[in-house]
Amino acid sequence: MLRRPLYVLAALSAALPMSTARAQELRVALQAEPTSIDPLFHTLGPNNQIARHIFSQLVHQDEKQHLVPGLALSWKPIDDGVWEFKLRSGVEFQDGAPLTAEDIVFSIDRAPKVPNSPASFAIYTKAVKAIEVVDAATLHVRTGTPYPLLASDLSTISIQERRVVEGKATEDFNKGTAAIGTGPFKFVEWVPGDHLVMVRNDGYWGQKPDWAKVTFRPIPNNAARVSALLAGDVDFIENVPTADLKTLKGNPRIRLVEAVSNRVIYLHLDSNRERTPFALDNDGKPLPGNPLKDRRVRLAMSKAINRQAIVDRVMEGAAIPAGQLLPDGFFGVSPTLKPEPYDPEGAKKLLAEAGYPQGFRLTLHSPNDRYINDEKIAQAVAQMLSRIGIKTEVVAMPQAVYFSRASKLEFSLMLVGWGAETGEPSSPLKSLLATYDPAKGFGAANRGRFSDPKLDELLVQALATVDDAKRELLLRQATEVGIGDLGIIPLHYEVTIWGMRSDLTFVGNTNQFTLAADVHPVK
Amino acid sequence: MTVLVIRRLMQSAVMLLAMSILVFLGVFAIGNPVDILISPQADQAEIARATAALGLDKPLWEQYFVFLANAAHGDLGRSFVFNEPALRLIVQRLPATLELAFSAMLLAVVLGLPLGLYVGLRPDTFLSRLIAAGSILGFSLPTFWVGIMLILVFAVWMGWLPSTGRGATVSVLGVDVSFLTWDGIRHLILPALNLSLSRIALVIRLAAAGTREVSHMDYIKFARAKGLTRGRVVRVHVLRNILIPIVTVLGLEIGAVIAFSVVTETIFAWPGIGQLIIKSITVLDRPVIVAYLMLTVFLVIMINLLVDILYSVLDPRVRLAEARA
Repeated sequence: MLRRPLYVLAALSAALPMSTARAQELRVALQAEPTSIDPLFHTLGPNNQIARHIFSQLVHQDEKQHLVPGLALSWKPIDDGVWEFKLRSGVEFQDGAPLTAEDIVFSIDRAPKVPNSPASFAIYTKAVKAIEVVDAATLHVRTGTPYPLLASDLSTISIQERRVVEGKATEDFNKGTAAIGTGPFKFVEWVPGDHLVMVRNDGYWGQKPDWAKVTFRPIPNNAARVSALLAGDVDFIENVPTADLKTLKGNPRIRLVEAVSNRVIYLHLDSNRERTPFALDNDGKPLPGNPLKDRRVRLAMSKAINRQAIVDRVMEGAAIPAGQLLPDGFFGVSPTLKPEPYDPEGAKKLLAEAGYPQGFRLTLHSPNDRYINDEKIAQAVAQMLSRIGIKTEVVAMPQAVYFSRASKLEFSLMLVGWGAETGEPSSPLKSLLATYDPAKGFGAANRGRFSDPKLDELLVQALATVDDAKRELLLRQATEVGIGDLGIIPLHYEVTIWGMRSDLTFVGNTNQFTLAADVHPVK
Repeated sequence: MTVLVIRRLMQSAVMLLAMSILVFLGVFAIGNPVDILISPQADQAEIARATAALGLDKPLWEQYFVFLANAAHGDLGRSFVFNEPALRLIVQRLPATLELAFSAMLLAVVLGLPLGLYVGLRPDTFLSRLIAAGSILGFSLPTFWVGIMLILVFAVWMGWLPSTGRGATVSVLGVDVSFLTWDGIRHLILPALNLSLSRIALVIRLAAAGTREVSHMDYIKFARAKGLTRGRVVRVHVLRNILIPIVTVLGLEIGAVIAFSVVTETIFAWPGIGQLIIKSITVLDRPVIVAYLMLTVFLVIMINLLVDILYSVLDPRVRLAEARA
């Protein structure tokens, strides 16, 4: 019985050379499909991924999320509160019309105004107070106060053609009539749930992609997606499940490409309130105080976690232990913060010092369908905490229930993830560790209500410092304050894994995007 | 007959209202769609804007009345996620699911009936015992596992059939169907088989039990005594009389198959409403959930109505007046 598949594999491998006739066509299996082709409707991973195929932006992000020229050749602050963008010339839309500065102004203007958006791009254009078209190749963008993240924010805004899009709705993008961009691929057809087809844009202003036609198919079930690759029904898949890594690594017809991502998985602790709902004493009665308020308890918990073991056993090697908000190599990463070494004895000593020599009981809440292996990670963490005396129970639930309750501050210890879309720590600092302040827009996801005025001050300064070197220093210092005080306990950074035919290769990126333009046949 | 139809339609209206109330209350109890849909980078102002944009800032009863008012015009709301009318999203994907569902039921009847008849007529042969044992496996094995095994064996190892997705479609009367192309049929085989396995098992057992019961009846003995061929006896006299329970069960099952082909559609990446509903429930896209469940309720009631009417066709002893309950 086992021999037959081998014969079939051999026969199929002999048949492979015929498939190079199809060499110009790429079939990609996605885990999740976009909710719309309109690039400004919904800021969601799959949507933004597809937008980068059909549209271009003023500023592009390379595979390490560094900002590189897109439709703008250069950008610099010319004043406190004014940025000058020099535009690329000779760019044409996919219907032949030339790209003008008016199209750019229209797109940035449209971004916060798309009706019924569940997650709009307004957050990226909030800083733009006015745009001035100085001449056909120069734009002045006024931000009022100094705002260093402008170029980064504008890298999310896809540029559309005003003449085509004005007055049209999101549905017209899905049908294709409004989906005209300046990107490397032209939209052909989208049948939701079934396939999305694009063809190469031969008038593209940048490096032309290797593929004449790309078909995206959503296959949400992990096993089915891997099977589709193994069966040869698709050439490229994203998000290879960790359970299949070993078998795929041993398969000579499959290549795996790994890249560290900007997503950190961490524990958020209810560290500021006087009482916390899920910390109980060993008899099950409520504790007189909140143990998570004590820094020694938080440090003990961080020491008790064997991050390398989680990476090796739970994530099957597809992760990197974390000591802060972003991995090495990113802007604003502190060289002094390292992952907390595994030290259960030290953890027990700290707990005793803090007044809990017998430990206490805690509940860890986690989603079970949001992050890679989220529930398994939670179970591993709970076991590790129990070993030092904090008897931890895990309650996992679907994200539909989890996030609402977590935001209502119903939990004490939460497993969460954060992907820094800007490629630098100001976004996690602002949302996770800054003092909760709806007026300023800080701490929107600060579910532990961690608060340190020093961090707030450093962050506010960083967000107004345009000079890169100075800003990096401020961000490093702010991170050191937040992590030093254990506002969150970082666990690991996710490593994104893509699977493909062995005669293909891919330039892995930190944004977890699957970009057909970065897939190349092996020479 | 008209009275029956009208009565059923009125019943369905009441059920639809009850269903919509349940869904509103249910989604409200689970959580807030905004918390899931909003970008993590969003700040509090953006969360407030999104909440207002989706109409979720109003009190629940007010949201429900807005929904009812729109429903009276045939508008069941816009999906939070796709910003397209919920009903249109569902109707767009309905042909794919119906195609799969009908193929599965067809397989159930075409494979199940003959096998069941054989088991009922010759219960002591080896083949008969094999089929009976196989039918137990048919409804015990979880659909999820069977689907993945089918993909593994037929697509990955043998390479005979495609692993996922729907094949090439042609447009018939404005509806895209894939069973008219060879490529479409190749894609349809595995998911239809997966979906139909437990129904085939059910039909085999029902047909076998029914056949065994009917074979002892006097009229069968009389028909044989009259000199009719075995074939005619089985086709006309046995088959007709075992169909009532089978039609009842199939009627119930087809409603279930259309509404809950979620597992098969997810595994085989079949672009039907099953995939849509599971995604919508995960992110609490309430308009789609409401529209879907209301459609399902209506469909099930209509199918049961058809089944009742079919009774009177199959069995002259049943008068439609009796089918009132």
